[in-house]
Amino acid sequence: MSRLRRITRRSLLVGAVAITGGVAFGIYQIRRPVTNPLQPVQGATLNPYILIDQGGISIIAPRAEMGQGVHTTLAALVAEELDAEWDSIRVLHGPPAAAYYNAALAHGALPVADYAMADWQRRVAGGLGAATRLLGLQVTGGSTSTVDAFDRMRHAGAGAREALKAVAADRLGVAVDRLRTENGRVIAPDGTELDYRDLAEDAASRPVPRATMRPQSEWKLLGRSLPRTDMRAKATGMAQFSTDIDLPGLKCATVRICPYLGGGMAGFDPAPALAVPGVEHVLDLGNGIAVVARNTWAAMQGAEAAQIDWTPSPLPATTEAMYDRIARAFEDRPNSTMRDDGRPDEVTAQIEAEYSVPFLAHTTMEPMGATAWLQDGHLTLWVGNQAPREHLKVAAEAAGLARENVTLHTVFLGGGFGRRVETDVTRQAARIAAMLPGTPIRLTWSRAEDIAHDFYRPAAIARMRGAVEGGRATLFDAQIAAPSVTRQTIARLAGRMIGGPDKGHVEGAFDQPYAIPHYRVAGHLADLDVPIGFWRAVGNSFNGFFHESFIDELAHAAGRDPLAFRLDHVAPESATAAGVLEAVRDLSDWDAPRADGTGRGVAMTWSFGTPTAVVIELHHASRGIRITRAWMACDPGLVLDHAIVRAQMESGLIYGLSAALMGAITFTDGRADQQNFPDYDALRMDTTPRIEVAILQNNPHMGGAGEPGTPPAMPALANALFDLTGQRIRRLPLAPQADFII
Amino acid sequence: MALSWPRPVTASAGPNAPMSTDLIVNGTTYSTDAPPQTPLLWVLRDELGLTGTKFGCGVAACGACTVHVDGQAVRSCQVTLGDLWGDVTTIEGLAQGDRLAPLQEAWIRHQVAQCGYCQSGQIMQAAELLAGNPSPSDDDIDAAMAGNLCRCGTYSAIRAAIHDAARSLDDGRAG
Repeated sequence: MSRLRRITRRSLLVGAVAITGGVAFGIYQIRRPVTNPLQPVQGATLNPYILIDQGGISIIAPRAEMGQGVHTTLAALVAEELDAEWDSIRVLHGPPAAAYYNAALAHGALPVADYAMADWQRRVAGGLGAATRLLGLQVTGGSTSTVDAFDRMRHAGAGAREALKAVAADRLGVAVDRLRTENGRVIAPDGTELDYRDLAEDAASRPVPRATMRPQSEWKLLGRSLPRTDMRAKATGMAQFSTDIDLPGLKCATVRICPYLGGGMAGFDPAPALAVPGVEHVLDLGNGIAVVARNTWAAMQGAEAAQIDWTPSPLPATTEAMYDRIARAFEDRPNSTMRDDGRPDEVTAQIEAEYSVPFLAHTTMEPMGATAWLQDGHLTLWVGNQAPREHLKVAAEAAGLARENVTLHTVFLGGGFGRRVETDVTRQAARIAAMLPGTPIRLTWSRAEDIAHDFYRPAAIARMRGAVEGGRATLFDAQIAAPSVTRQTIARLAGRMIGGPDKGHVEGAFDQPYAIPHYRVAGHLADLDVPIGFWRAVGNSFNGFFHESFIDELAHAAGRDPLAFRLDHVAPESATAAGVLEAVRDLSDWDAPRADGTGRGVAMTWSFGTPTAVVIELHHASRGIRITRAWMACDPGLVLDHAIVRAQMESGLIYGLSAALMGAITFTDGRADQQNFPDYDALRMDTTPRIEVAILQNNPHMGGAGEPGTPPAMPALANALFDLTGQRIRRLPLAPQADFII
Repeated sequence: MALSWPRPVTASAGPNAPMSTDLIVNGTTYSTDAPPQTPLLWVLRDELGLTGTKFGCGVAACGACTVHVDGQAVRSCQVTLGDLWGDVTTIEGLAQGDRLAPLQEAWIRHQVAQCGYCQSGQIMQAAELLAGNPSPSDDDIDAAMAGNLCRCGTYSAIRAAIHDAARSLDDGRAG
């Protein structure tokens, strides 16, 4: 561990300067080479993903490890081609660098449904991906990490392998095609073995030879469920998160920021805080205070004790008034009509319904936190984050330093779910450290602060019109109103407003593979400045509920079985999506007679390239309704690690069920009413259903795994409740409206 | 928001010399002058540098800070230094040197952790369960573990790992 840290420090502290003859990206080396950010003092770097020194092979993961297993899968892409020994490799978070741009993010930017993308559209997305390189978007999100890395990191491994072989060939005087590689060594026909560690320096100093990637049939690591590289550290308490960094003279800090969102601070009296034993400083952050103390508890006591005069929030005073503001967006012209089939206005609606979902918090297990240290004009930060270049930029601004005087280490994330794209805690840590030069600062938010200052999943309202005829849906007409996550986050990150149709606002509704003759989805953007952000599955997290609840209503109106009804409409549009419905039908034994007191619901959402179907079973026991079973079927195409995909599916499902059952942030005078897990809870061991997952690989295009389990979980639960009780609940969360055991 | 650079308001040193408290953690005796009302969680993390124990809520609602006091699983955010009644074991003290505890081995076999932040607390809670109930049923596990939240949703793997660890402990005894 200590050796690993030393290598990281040495390698990553040095600025980003291109190395001569830097080994690069194969086909991704479009037009000009990517600057390799790795500058080892010892050892050699063959490209931005591989560092070899006498300690062994380190693979650099350009994405954040937040539980989704990305370190393991991305390292396996390199190790597969490099022939590195799995048990001895180390995986490090990449430093903030343009070389680690995420090209797959662009895929989601095209205004077309993923399931219906033509080859030419995929090529356009590929071109856009090249453009993201210029933007250097180093972001972990959108369930894109593996899709983005699949070719790029295998190329990196293959190029490095061939470079190492070329050096060995020269040294041994043997033709390169007579050499093979295994477990970190080049092996000659006579059995001579040359360790990569002894070849790396020479290999890094010459141009990369042409390398071809191995066919799938020869894979040794990919396609297997590998031991995760982070597992031992996480089972022993050794894994380091943002506030686990031990530094000399470390002080602990917390913040108390105006809880009335958009409000500020008129003044404060630090005396009661300073009277708390162990409190050393109270700092003015403008819209709140930071308290620095010998330990975090003293800091939190001090923050609570300080007398602060808050100024009010400009937001509507009640949650209902916020919903009214959102509903007002229906009166404006739609921002988008990304699905507009047939003539919906000419079809008489048989069912009209309004749905709504609340604001949601992320509540990652690890509250927001960061460690920051300003020494001799150089700021070093340790923060688990999903966007290192943004965090570095913000830290530099906050500390009043040039970016080259800031070093940012990405450490393990105690849950991300989209929350740690946001840079707020990094900004605070940098400011506090800059106010106390020479003192390392461990900044930890209280849970109350974490909930009060989230970037919430927005509340949303849907107005639906539908009609059926002859057992089929003839009309599906949806209007969706919510504040725009896309616009707010881009304004925050890029400092400018963007216009145009907002795809994220209607994803999960406009892009679903149903054949319905009159089918329209219109998005209306609401003017409401509650801080909102990326929450697992983003727009799909509410549109999945709207779409699949209303499909269920149409199925029942048509007198049809809801799963068979879906299949009839989905099969003509997408065999892949029909496949997951059939798989979940078979896995759950859907057509078998139901036991008394049980109800089942089904839903399917195609999000992040992966159609995912869920069946939920409820049981009405004497004490109330229990979620007993869940069955999932997904088709992400080629699966690189089954165990990780399965874990992500279960994780996404539980996250979605938790929100649908009991997740709601409400506001009074612009201040969140919820403060901690007792009033913002989630499923636990005893309330989580038994889960079975079927993973199909028929999808011709690789999809994501981290998010697609979340959207269908919510409507499947509501549909099961309807099956059990006949009660159609159109407003989440469900628990306050039904007799659930939680 | 405009940058401001206020002068820090700094506390003056108190009149009384701080009191020193001894505590035994993972078999090592530590001495700290942290005030006696300081919760054990923050003594471990910030005063002693044992950061394997995690902060999640501060109100005993999530279990991330679970440690053992005299073998009993407690929420260390609710036990003050002054009230401490016995020896403390944290996740760092569960292994015997390089040999991991059977639960930790089972955690690795079942690849339980995702983000990993709650897992120290989960393992410490499970260790207490197995100490008192060498072959727990699913219901026993549900009841013992319900106070330990996991936002990644690793519950099924945790349950499997606990059963597996129980079996390996049983085999160990039989052998």
